[in-house]
Amino acid sequence: MKPVEIAKGIYDVGVNDWNIQDFHGYSTPLGTSYNAFLIVDEKVALVDTVKKPFTDQLIANIQQVIDPQKIDYMISNHTEMDHSGSLARVMHRIGADKPVYCSKMGHKNLSLHFSQPLNYQPVGDGQELKLGRRTLAFLETRMLHWPDSMFTYIKEDEILLSSDAFGQHYAGFEKFDDVVGDAIMPHAKKYFANILLPYAPLILKLVDKVTQMGLPLRMICPDHGILWRTEPGKIIEAYVRWSKQQPKRKAVVVYDTMWHSTERMADAVAAGLYAEGVAVRPMYLRKWHRSDVLTEVLDAKAVVVGSPTLNNGLFPTVSDFLTYMKGLKPQGKIGAAFGSYGWSGEAPKLVAKELAAMQFEVMDPVRHQYVPDTPALEESYAFGRAIGRRICDEVAD
Amino acid sequence: MDRYVCTICGYVYDPEQGDPDNGVAAGTKFEDLPDDWECPVCGAAKSEFEKEE
Repeated sequence: MKPVEIAKGIYDVGVNDWNIQDFHGYSTPLGTSYNAFLIVDEKVALVDTVKKPFTDQLIANIQQVIDPQKIDYMISNHTEMDHSGSLARVMHRIGADKPVYCSKMGHKNLSLHFSQPLNYQPVGDGQELKLGRRTLAFLETRMLHWPDSMFTYIKEDEILLSSDAFGQHYAGFEKFDDVVGDAIMPHAKKYFANILLPYAPLILKLVDKVTQMGLPLRMICPDHGILWRTEPGKIIEAYVRWSKQQPKRKAVVVYDTMWHSTERMADAVAAGLYAEGVAVRPMYLRKWHRSDVLTEVLDAKAVVVGSPTLNNGLFPTVSDFLTYMKGLKPQGKIGAAFGSYGWSGEAPKLVAKELAAMQFEVMDPVRHQYVPDTPALEESYAFGRAIGRRICDEVAD
Repeated sequence: MDRYVCTICGYVYDPEQGDPDNGVAAGTKFEDLPDDWECPVCGAAKSEFEKEE
């Protein structure tokens, strides 16, 4: 990628990772980008780096704008290695003793990533750094989504460099919202559902804080994907909506199956939900990635989980999914479980127990021995309808 | 003595251990931590903690 001048004297010198398909367990069919920002003023600052294998590309991009040794300040908004992986080599290239500005937690966490001592300059919330004509202001955003996370705001240009917040896993030459259009929103939603959801209450607090500060925002530039230059308010509004987790009349039926029996139950449960006016799509866990399922869970009211019983326990993919969902802490859901079994049939109850531990309102599970016949499928259908009625009672049309 | 959990990151404050890295001696009750004490993992304020069930 060539550097993209996003405003006069401010460049995205990041890189595209076209072929990454699995980003620490999150499926990324369109790859991702690691955005890094070079601000050329009387003093020159580089905000974030890229994943380690892309270091040469980052340095080549910087060189197209300026001699890397002219960089005066390194700023690390986030310690995670897709943004810090190149830090040691970049420092070697620009001057190992140059200051590295980061949050207090960033100082602690970067030190736990890199053994060589760097000239860390921890900054507090609201602290500023003058570059010449421009002023950078640092905004701590702890746990959005790591303890070290912070934003860097370029005051005169009204540009927010927002680290991972507002990002999307998307690699493309198209670098702006107006170029890529609404097609980017599902990727932003998936990012939110899989990375930021556990911290939804903090996001609402942060949006309130930024609103009260009255920061004008001309552009929001995350560290992944496209930059929001046309309607930065749109992604903030979406974050508020997603953070509030107001559900639709929607359910997710997610299952695995060994001999198609739990699958047939899943289809019947989904048909029952649909009959009550609930949007639903059965998702088979060996075809749908857990991160795609979670994206659907975000605005669903009910999560209905089907598991065969394997050796007295849950089917492994179902355990995987439940563990993943538990960590992301979705709020305000109805939970339900079902499944076919051979002889012991523990799985639906075990699923229900897990869902209850996630503070879901859990309905009594339905199970069937071996292959579901017509009455059994009718029972599954009725189960779907009962869940559907409960959704419609709780969610306005 | 009650243990308290950070609702933001899951860190558990154990009064028997204290938080010696940040000058809190072992045996210090959660209630006796200074108001400006922060979660040593994520930096959350004391008010973000809840008593462990």
